[in-house]
Amino acid sequence: MSASSAPAQHNKTRIPFYRDTRVLAVLIQAVFAVFVVVFFVWLFGNMFGNLDTLGITDFQQPFFRVEQVNGKTSLSPWFRFLYSSAGFDILDTPISYTRQDPYLRALAVGIVNTIRVGVIGIILSTLLGVLTGVARLSSNWLLSKIALAYIEVIRNTPLLVQLFFWYFAGLLALPRLRTGEEITAVILPGPIYMTNRGIAMPWIRGTPTTGQWALFVVAAIALAWLVSFILKRQEEKRQRSLRRSTWTFLTFFAVAAIGWFVLPVQPLRIEQPVVADTGFGFVGGLTILPQLTALVFGLVIYTGAFIAEIVRAGIQAVPKGQTEAARALGLRNAQMLRLIILPQALRIIIPPMTSQYLNLVKNSSLATAVAYPELFQISGTILNQTGRAVQVIIIVMLSYLAFSLIISAFLNWYNKRVQLVER
Amino acid sequence: MRKSYLIIVSLLLVAAMLVTACGAASTPEADQSSQPAPAEQAPAEQAPADSAPAESAAQEQPAGKSTLETVKERGKLVCGVNQAVPGFGYLTPEGDFEGFDVDACKAVAAAVLGDANAVEYRALTAQDRFPALANGEIDLLSRNTTWTMSRDTSLGFDFTVITFYDGQGMMVRKADNIKSLQDLEGASICVQTGTTTELNLADQMAAAGVTYTPVVFQDAPSTVKAYEEGQCDAFTTDKSGLVSQFAVLANPDEHEIMDVTLSKEPLGPVVRHGDNQWKDIVTWTLFSLIAGEEWGITSQNIDEFMTSEEPEVKRLLGVEGDLGTGTGISNDFAYQAIKQVGNYGEIYDRHLAVEPFNLARAQNALYTDGGLMYSPPFR
Repeated sequence: MSASSAPAQHNKTRIPFYRDTRVLAVLIQAVFAVFVVVFFVWLFGNMFGNLDTLGITDFQQPFFRVEQVNGKTSLSPWFRFLYSSAGFDILDTPISYTRQDPYLRALAVGIVNTIRVGVIGIILSTLLGVLTGVARLSSNWLLSKIALAYIEVIRNTPLLVQLFFWYFAGLLALPRLRTGEEITAVILPGPIYMTNRGIAMPWIRGTPTTGQWALFVVAAIALAWLVSFILKRQEEKRQRSLRRSTWTFLTFFAVAAIGWFVLPVQPLRIEQPVVADTGFGFVGGLTILPQLTALVFGLVIYTGAFIAEIVRAGIQAVPKGQTEAARALGLRNAQMLRLIILPQALRIIIPPMTSQYLNLVKNSSLATAVAYPELFQISGTILNQTGRAVQVIIIVMLSYLAFSLIISAFLNWYNKRVQLVER
Repeated sequence: MRKSYLIIVSLLLVAAMLVTACGAASTPEADQSSQPAPAEQAPAEQAPADSAPAESAAQEQPAGKSTLETVKERGKLVCGVNQAVPGFGYLTPEGDFEGFDVDACKAVAAAVLGDANAVEYRALTAQDRFPALANGEIDLLSRNTTWTMSRDTSLGFDFTVITFYDGQGMMVRKADNIKSLQDLEGASICVQTGTTTELNLADQMAAAGVTYTPVVFQDAPSTVKAYEEGQCDAFTTDKSGLVSQFAVLANPDEHEIMDVTLSKEPLGPVVRHGDNQWKDIVTWTLFSLIAGEEWGITSQNIDEFMTSEEPEVKRLLGVEGDLGTGTGISNDFAYQAIKQVGNYGEIYDRHLAVEPFNLARAQNALYTDGGLMYSPPFR
């Protein structure tokens, strides 16, 4: 009893709740939460109210209701407009699209184009970045200074300005394909036509026998793998080199070549670009659009500069002892880089690299400036033709969010894989 | 600890001031989104430094407040216009907006506020114009906008009066010798996004069975530049817009407008759906300009008409009756509009019948001259 009376005494002079840090902490959180909720309720109420005044009634409908629009099943009246016919044409359609297709299809074209730019951009910018990063540390004074100048100029100017530069000053400054009746394009051997309408080059096309030849190629791969497998066994048994890789490649080429000459028609042919009769474009070959070229070029050069700095930092973070040890073992420069330095630098490089990849994909939305129809440009057109700003912006944000999450999920997985397993 | 709090708070205050100072000058859209944040209200002492913040605050339209009240309170009409189409909406090197569409804004400002210069212009791209009107950033959109059913109904807008009857045309290089749509097989065509021309182009080329490459830009200058640089073989927009670009092209002689009309393009000012009073005001102000021309009332001779015995002229100019007060503005609204800006014919002649455009009145002549311009009676 006497033991408990002391705390009871103490309780009488208990501090008021507004000075009790435990109560205050909860209270502040609660007040903040109320503010946030009120703020969002106000925002949405405002939006719905204004849309109502304008006579746009999408949001008065339930979010989820299965219904038929133009013969397609729509899941939500909010997004019903996506099923009506788009009515506009698109510059670059990697998946089939005509103006009668619904807006949904147009969005899909945009998403595919964004993915295409993202994938090409990430691959090329990584290559450029790694090369420049290594060049930056080269003992060759000129090479290292050129890399330095490139990195500093590109990193410190806005990407939009660079895109305009590549598009208007670079690609559009190429000559026209024709002026009057005369062909004025720059023709490189190949022939590769350099024009402001795009770069046209010869390209490989299939013939009726391509399918059959593909079977030969599959057989060639299988046989080559078999040869490699047997030789590996033998090498291990006899403990000497039997030139495994040479024989493997020889087998592959031999089988593929037999197929090539046995078939009645050559399985692949090279198609030359020919100026169309109207003179406005090319028939055959591959024409790379100037819009795509400018966009990819701009993104790769820009992101490459950032990646170069990450690579340089990553390499410099590898302890000097590693380099010295590699030299002591007598490794050549290239071997040292490939076997010792880069694998260790990779662990440091990957996390910051992830954010550069994310930036590249997000920056691709600047394509509107150079008229390339990726997701953002197409959704802008849809927004304008339908007036459904809220829905379109939601779709665009979710799409970019999905791209980013997928990229970072993949790189996080890869990062985990290459990290040292510590015990 | 205390000290660091002080630093943080003062930094926030500085940031808040910057936000409001910028917001007033540039995009009111940003103002609206950030409106409830404390940053907006904080720097009251900033106000005397420049009067702009007060203005930006007035731009939000609280629910239940009519556009007319907002405009009157603000003392200025906020009008969305073009800045790159000479003759219609153009930002002069001196920094003034000029053109046929700009004068529609001036007429409305004169009618509502009694001062044709009480207009704040917002230069908008084809893509920005509808969101800007829908969210209340502008009171009136006068930016060569085509009247279509879907825009009138599902986009949430109301069209007022067709001030310019136009048709979509196509500009090509003379050297290419293009005479019909069929000659454009395989060609690249530059067009602006978010326009009816983008859709008409797709329709007409499909109907003609011609494949083409659309090159889509957000704003007129990029579109024209890309065409001029040879990125496109043709450039399409409303014929009036094409003609006006002759003023901008480096070598206008090398280009021509094809003798093909792709569509009807009735152009006119647009207001938000749901405010009938404001729509009436804009509509009848514009009609008054046409009526003015019908009666031969110009900005020069209007004062002589004040003593006219003609009943309709009396009603039009507010000498008799109360047509203006019926819609919430003063009775002399038409007088102010015509006096300060001129009648329809004057506006047309001033901007479009001059070098280098020399646009004939054609469909845009008064009905008495075989055109389509016709004002309902002022009664």
